[in-house]
Amino acid sequence: MAEVLVITSGKGGVGKTTSTAALGAALAQTGQSVVVVDFDIGLRNLDLALGAECRVVYDLINVANGDVRLQQALIRDERLDTLYLLAASQSRDKDALSEGGVQRCIDELRDKFDWVICDSPAGIERGATLAMRFADRAVVVTNPEVSSVRDSDRIIGLLDSKTVKAEKGERMDKLLLLTRYDSAQAGRRHMLSIDDVLDILSLPLIGIIPESQEILRASNVGAPITIADAQSTPACAYRDAARRLRGETVPMIIPGGRKNLLNRLFGRRAA
Amino acid sequence: MYFSRHSFRFRGRNFLALAVKPEMPLADWLADLDQWLERSPGFLSGKPVILDLAGLSLQRSCIASLIAELDQRAIRILGIEGAEASALDESLPPLLTGGRTAGSVEAVAAIARRAPPAEEPKKAAPAATAPPPVPPVRSLLVEGPVRSGQTITNSDGDVIVLGSVASGAEVIAAGSIHIYGPLRGRALAGANGDESARVFCRSFEAELVAVSRYYLMTHNIEPRRRNMAVQVWLSGKTLKIASLDRAHREG
Repeated sequence: MAEVLVITSGKGGVGKTTSTAALGAALAQTGQSVVVVDFDIGLRNLDLALGAECRVVYDLINVANGDVRLQQALIRDERLDTLYLLAASQSRDKDALSEGGVQRCIDELRDKFDWVICDSPAGIERGATLAMRFADRAVVVTNPEVSSVRDSDRIIGLLDSKTVKAEKGERMDKLLLLTRYDSAQAGRRHMLSIDDVLDILSLPLIGIIPESQEILRASNVGAPITIADAQSTPACAYRDAARRLRGETVPMIIPGGRKNLLNRLFGRRAA
Repeated sequence: MYFSRHSFRFRGRNFLALAVKPEMPLADWLADLDQWLERSPGFLSGKPVILDLAGLSLQRSCIASLIAELDQRAIRILGIEGAEASALDESLPPLLTGGRTAGSVEAVAAIARRAPPAEEPKKAAPAATAPPPVPPVRSLLVEGPVRSGQTITNSDGDVIVLGSVASGAEVIAAGSIHIYGPLRGRALAGANGDESARVFCRSFEAELVAVSRYYLMTHNIEPRRRNMAVQVWLSGKTLKIASLDRAHREG
């Protein structure tokens, strides 16, 4: 039976789609069968992050509305045999999704995969609430800045009240993924520290992803960072986060713990 | 022929109304309603109330008697939602359609649990007779944090929060507010005008704090009071803030 995971944040641009692609690929690289589902109807991006934009024929709305069978809409990754994409529609809007249709679709995916990862759109409207609606667990993606943290707090409130699990009175498991963490900025107190974020959100942490050029490069070539640049620091951080998702205990590495002279100089110049 | 008036003006208007949704069996529901009204008297009287009958499929006579029952409780029904048009006639309020939900009043119940009153007289172990009567409610206990965007309201008494109150969250109480974590959002004590209500918190980082009609915002608060355990109370027409730890030392 699959685990349904929602990647959500409230705020836009914090790295939900990048994290969905990276975590999905990292789990698939360990042999798990994974489907990543894009819920950002009208502004889809997950296909780009996976380099599958030319191969999208049918999408989530077609499946949810029963126009096509699930098999026709699933796109298999060209690099990883066990990674699949269910894309969002680019031409429709979020009102085209019905709750019943989404539920049918998620139930069907549950039977076929080990992991169903739903990439939530930004905001707290229909797209975001439907993405989290049927999830078993949530990964809340947050940047170490005040607005992102507050939006995440708001999303956590919704996860605790608007999901099927919460409505049944069960406990919704929520995990925190801190992204775009810049150790130089945090060192000079320009950003919230990791402790500040954990203190405000009080969720268990599953990873700290450093802000890096490698991620930007990977998303521009259309490959998850864990495939595009497997040895890079962010790729390692995502792989560790994926292992924590599977229940392993992995020591947390705080990026930039060892600062060398070069990036100290660079950091000062950037200020 | 001469008409003094050439046209009538009709205008569409949107109003906010409370929708009341009875549940089967109706007798039990009315009994629950009575109990609830006892705690919150006058909450519904004089307010526009819509009767939501979706999923109940009641007969005309049944609807009429339900409305009469509500009328006895000073609840006037403005319109009916979700009923079959055939089950209504001219003697009943009109059928309304296209209503949209505007903010949920019930969300609070999902995350908060009523705390038992403190001075409940101690009785012997639960007797095997009928279940004990529900005690009158005073304080509301919230276990865990209040998240941004959530509002916790208790119009009967105190609110106790065991976690933090986030920036953008709101706690409103007729009585005092006790927060055993950082207060980063808003806390409004004495919301019904009780000037003796107070706000207590473990770490004071509030966006707004109020007692009765008086409030302070972040920029009115002395920086030296921030990030410490404080109490806030009303003295005359000004809100006072004092460290709880110092009060303890002086006491």
